[in-house]
Amino acid sequence: MAVDTPATDALQGAVGPAVVDVRGVEKRFANGTQALAPVDLAVRPGEFVTLLGPSGCGKSTLLRAIAGLTQPSAGALRWWGGDAGHVGEPGRKLVFVFQDATLMPWTRVRANVRLPLDLAGVPRDEADARVDASLALVGLAKFDRHYPRELSGGMQMRTSIARALVTEPDLLLLDEPFGALDEITRNKLDADLLELWWRKRFTVMFVTHSIYEAVFLSTRVVVMSARPGRVFREIVIDAPHPRSEGFRVTQQFAAYAKLLSECLLEASTEGAPQGNAGAPSGGVVGMAGKPGAST
Amino acid sequence: MKRDWLGKVVAPAAVGVFVLALWQWLVTALEVPVYLVPSPLVVAQTLVDDRVLLLGSLWVTLKVTFAAFVIAVLGGTAMAFVFVQSRWVERSLFPYAVLLQVTPIVAIAPLIIIWVDNAGVALTLCAAIVAIFPVISNTTLGLRSVSPGLVDLFRMNKATRWQTLARLRIPSALPYFFGGLRISSGLSLIGAVVAEFVAGTGGTGAGLAYQILVSGFQLNVPRLFAALFLITLTGVVLFVLMVWLSRLALGDWHESELMIEP
Repeated sequence: MAVDTPATDALQGAVGPAVVDVRGVEKRFANGTQALAPVDLAVRPGEFVTLLGPSGCGKSTLLRAIAGLTQPSAGALRWWGGDAGHVGEPGRKLVFVFQDATLMPWTRVRANVRLPLDLAGVPRDEADARVDASLALVGLAKFDRHYPRELSGGMQMRTSIARALVTEPDLLLLDEPFGALDEITRNKLDADLLELWWRKRFTVMFVTHSIYEAVFLSTRVVVMSARPGRVFREIVIDAPHPRSEGFRVTQQFAAYAKLLSECLLEASTEGAPQGNAGAPSGGVVGMAGKPGAST
Repeated sequence: MKRDWLGKVVAPAAVGVFVLALWQWLVTALEVPVYLVPSPLVVAQTLVDDRVLLLGSLWVTLKVTFAAFVIAVLGGTAMAFVFVQSRWVERSLFPYAVLLQVTPIVAIAPLIIIWVDNAGVALTLCAAIVAIFPVISNTTLGLRSVSPGLVDLFRMNKATRWQTLARLRIPSALPYFFGGLRISSGLSLIGAVVAEFVAGTGGTGAGLAYQILVSGFQLNVPRLFAALFLITLTGVVLFVLMVWLSRLALGDWHESELMIEP
């Protein structure tokens, strides 16, 4: 595999049905709050899509709808080209990673990671082997006998990710997974997650309110705006993978961060959904390989 | 570790010895008659002299207490499981559980004693009624106090109702359950003693409460104190037993049982 393949080139050529196809999905809560205006979004296999926006823009709600944890009030969701509304697809796995680690405090790391396999009735020997592999992937091989409370916040989050990976997911949904961590730990976990994605080739949807996290991780950033939540703009991060920590200090990274900041500012000042409302939401904006030009 | 021992045992023991010594001294110095306030030494002597009678009574009270406690734990837990099946069930039944809790046992004990032929069964029933509520309410609360994230996780993994119960709800409820046990164990003893008081000399007539009543009538105050001492001791032992059980079950993971590093 060529090291500096621009990921997006490969991805745009990806064939087959979208991993997730969101069509006109709305969410209105019982109290009348409109959390999501009609949202259209398609995620192709192998993409790393980040939903970026201020709190209250419905990005978590959208992700929960994609996970099947919340029913949309209107519109339809399809997974792997299956029937609308039927979460997932036989032989396909979609996994959700929560904002906090949501580990069971009464069992050790090993049993926590094995949980999805236990629930699915995977034989113990096979399950244990997969747990070992999964723990090794997140660098926790030596901590399988620990209780969650004995781990740092970052390690608890790693355990949570190991629990997600143990099912060998095709689609990994992460809802601000590293939001509660300090920046240094978060950067490290971001880099590790990105490397896992690059090696395992699953599809990722990632919710964050950190611009830097979005630029560093994504092949595509979906900028959302609030009240009601909707897709404001989509920006392809056209930087080669695998990305190292060094990417953070490049000109290109800074330019994308600036572009996203401007985009968020525009989204927040532009009260009503003008401009974008008429056009099909989510016009893809690329930077055409000239990151400096957006000034 | 050594300091811990000092703080936990030696300090309260010193207070106990001091109070007993003061009591002994006051009773002797003021020449208080033994039928008003016996000295600790006299009480100890009575414990030894009347040991056959008192230990027999202790055994009777213990039997009622334990039987009531077991009924309260099993019945209370079963009811909690029924309650959490649906909000409707809980809403319909919970008021009656509260009714059970707020009605003073002394007020219904005579009825139960009249209705139930076997005095031992009647006393056990009274004590169980007193002890059951903390188990119901704590266990219900515990079974409901499940982290919403974990509920979602189980749902996403298509866990069955049984899996969710066994792997999620029951472990989550354990700390609350053991909290309920601590309260309930003490209440079982109180219930047993109170019920026996109500049954009075007409009851089975062998428990510690009966000894207290009879000793009172006969102005045998040292024996009254001795019986009282045995009841208190039983309560303390029950409590310590529950703390130990709870530590055994939760010690590895729950905050309430973790040793705080100095």
